[in-house]
Amino acid sequence: MQAETALGRTMLWFVLFLVSIVVVATAADGGFAAHAVIVALVCFVLMWMSASRYDPAGKLNSFFKMPDTPSKYDDDPIRWGVLATMFWGIAGLAAGLFIALQLAFPQLNFEPYFNFGRVRPLHTSAVIFAFGGNALIATSFYVVQRTCRAQLAFPGLARFVFWGYQLFIVLAATGYLLGVTQSREYAEPEWYVDLWLTIVWVAYFIVFVGTIVRRREPHIYVANWFYLAFIVTVAMLHIVNNLAMPVSLLGAKSYSAFAGVQDALTQWWYGHNAVGFFLTAGFLAMMYYFVPKQAERPVYSYRLSIIHFWSLIFLYIWAGPHHLHYTALPDWAQTLGMVFSIMLWMPSWGGMINGLMTLNGAWDKIRTDPIIRMMVMALAFYGMSTFEGPMLSIKSVNSLSHYTDWTIGHVHSGALGWNGMITFACVYFLVPRLWGRERMYSLRMINWHFWLATLGIVFYAATMWVAGIQQGLMWREYGPDGYLVWSFADSVAAMFPMYVLRAFGGLLYLSGAFVMTYNIWMTLAGKLRDEAPMRDAAYDAEKDRPIVETPTSAVPAE
Amino acid sequence: MSMTERHKKLERNITLLAVCTLITVAIGGLVQITPLFYLDNTIEKVDGMRPYTPLEQAGRDIYIREGCYVCHSQMIRPFRDEVERYGAYSLAAESMYDHPFQWGSKRTGPDLARVGGRYSDEWHVQHLVNPQAVVPESVMPQYGFLAETELAVGDPSATLTALSRVGVPYSQEDIDNALMDLFLQADPDAEGDLEDFQRRYPKAQVRDYDGDPSRITEMDALVAYLQMLGTLVDVDSAAAQQELAQEKGR
Repeated sequence: MQAETALGRTMLWFVLFLVSIVVVATAADGGFAAHAVIVALVCFVLMWMSASRYDPAGKLNSFFKMPDTPSKYDDDPIRWGVLATMFWGIAGLAAGLFIALQLAFPQLNFEPYFNFGRVRPLHTSAVIFAFGGNALIATSFYVVQRTCRAQLAFPGLARFVFWGYQLFIVLAATGYLLGVTQSREYAEPEWYVDLWLTIVWVAYFIVFVGTIVRRREPHIYVANWFYLAFIVTVAMLHIVNNLAMPVSLLGAKSYSAFAGVQDALTQWWYGHNAVGFFLTAGFLAMMYYFVPKQAERPVYSYRLSIIHFWSLIFLYIWAGPHHLHYTALPDWAQTLGMVFSIMLWMPSWGGMINGLMTLNGAWDKIRTDPIIRMMVMALAFYGMSTFEGPMLSIKSVNSLSHYTDWTIGHVHSGALGWNGMITFACVYFLVPRLWGRERMYSLRMINWHFWLATLGIVFYAATMWVAGIQQGLMWREYGPDGYLVWSFADSVAAMFPMYVLRAFGGLLYLSGAFVMTYNIWMTLAGKLRDEAPMRDAAYDAEKDRPIVETPTSAVPAE
Repeated sequence: MSMTERHKKLERNITLLAVCTLITVAIGGLVQITPLFYLDNTIEKVDGMRPYTPLEQAGRDIYIREGCYVCHSQMIRPFRDEVERYGAYSLAAESMYDHPFQWGSKRTGPDLARVGGRYSDEWHVQHLVNPQAVVPESVMPQYGFLAETELAVGDPSATLTALSRVGVPYSQEDIDNALMDLFLQADPDAEGDLEDFQRRYPKAQVRDYDGDPSRITEMDALVAYLQMLGTLVDVDSAAAQQELAQEKGR
């Protein structure tokens, strides 16, 4: 019986392998053919695995020191998710550093595959969807099981979600370098990769909701509302924004279903809510579970979580048009976008307050626990960037900041500060628990990571503020003669020092991630660094004594 | 019953929670995006607008493939300095055949909405091959390979068919002649009816673009696209001025 299923599986993969080979041979363009080769390779490995019982995952399990004993919960895909988060994090940050250096030193462009225009989407997708996405999938699987007191509903499907998502990442990333792109920011993958992601995402929804249905707790915990909103909304955004007409079913190229104004607003409705639901709602879900756990305090306010959840998800969707201020988008839509963006400030800060106030009674942990310190810094950056965002959405501010590096700085204070820091903190929380270790290899290295990252963000954000405001002012400056003072090229030349310092900030942030990788690696190896604990005050036994007064012939004063 | 009590209904029922979430997040997009498909000032036509020729469309595909939109916007905002620097501000109708739009979000380089006709073909070729040779301050990557790569013509009729399926008004004649039109625009001596081509695509510029008439390269296509950007609508003509004046809320 088992041999028959193995044979059936082998045949299935063999047929898919043959289909991919046929697609390679008949593809209309090189990009599509290259992707068919990748799919064929995947099919071949799976075929080989089913036929010979070859188990590369088993070998990797021992390489990554996966625990032998079965976990109480279904933690295997989560462990893989944590590893993938770290891997893609390093890749995405390195790509970011590379393109930052390209802007300072254009000689670093290597045509055609490593020109800025192709690597930039690689960077954004790698950090948002590969790093952030894997963190979201892994933590959601962890949190939903714990808060529902139930194992994952469909273990096989959960593994499909993880590996299917990795295939999506590989297809997207290789596509950008090969020039396969829809040119929709943060939705660059072409139609067939979008279809694949849709399948994976529906499977993700089924696993997540199925687990909630199996829950042993009457209530659905607040973190799960946010995860649910993230999964549902991203599905809606992804499907509508990627509606397109392929030129050929055997070619990569497609044309968007919408044009001009309609296309622009659909894209930024998507683009802004990729921020709102991928990078905010999903990460708030992480915050709502891991901050209370690490602080060992309950969530500050249940009522606030209800209010800020519904107002956040309702208001965020409206904010897209602030990416199109003063464009050919009708004025009423721009104004709506601005007004809702400003209103969004409140529910955003509601989340920040609920997170920070959870530390009530545990504030001393900022001194002693570097993971809490990271979480607090993440929330602080969340608060700062959700203040800066509404400010930039005011039309008169936006007339200066739009098209400049100010926007880039704003995005990175949110992405590096909020998303990056909270993810690192969650991974530090997860690794010892998932691998059954007492604690991380080194808490002092977490502290190092914290400071490298914080300093990196400060360099990044500060230089981009200066750069952006300078660009905006140079572009609009008139001399007393009534002519524009600066040519565009002048404003490019003026950016050089800021671009170099920004790259330095990125280097600091990346080195923090390397420290983390080493720390995780040593934790997996089961080692504990021999180091002074972070909480000890200085102690000198010599001085620890009562002051004994030698009695002199003192006479009490009369 | 207090709010938190009522909310407990949602917290205990995943279906209800999911449905309410979906409704909550659907509203904003429906209110903002749907009207754009029927409001006059977002769907009106302006004199001079026409779909891209097959060669221009091929150039546009290269523009997208190389990610030019990452650093160049194609949307001039109605400010004095922008209008002076780049030309008349962009109209909604000028991107009505843009699937997808290329308005961009960042100006690491200048806006390109009206770059057509501002520089010579030679300038564009030199600049794309080595931007720093022409603009020393530039941080633009080099695109010399475009001049060396023959344009993968493929099946331009299929391209035009796909575009017409999403609403670009190509005629059957346009689709049938797409391949011939493409060659004709890059080489006026090529086989085909030049007059008919120019009747179907008014203001189409017919010439060899990359300085190498012996073959059609990706450079030909990209420069053809750049040279037509913003040239279709005569923003100075009386009709266009009226159009601008009537447009509200800009």
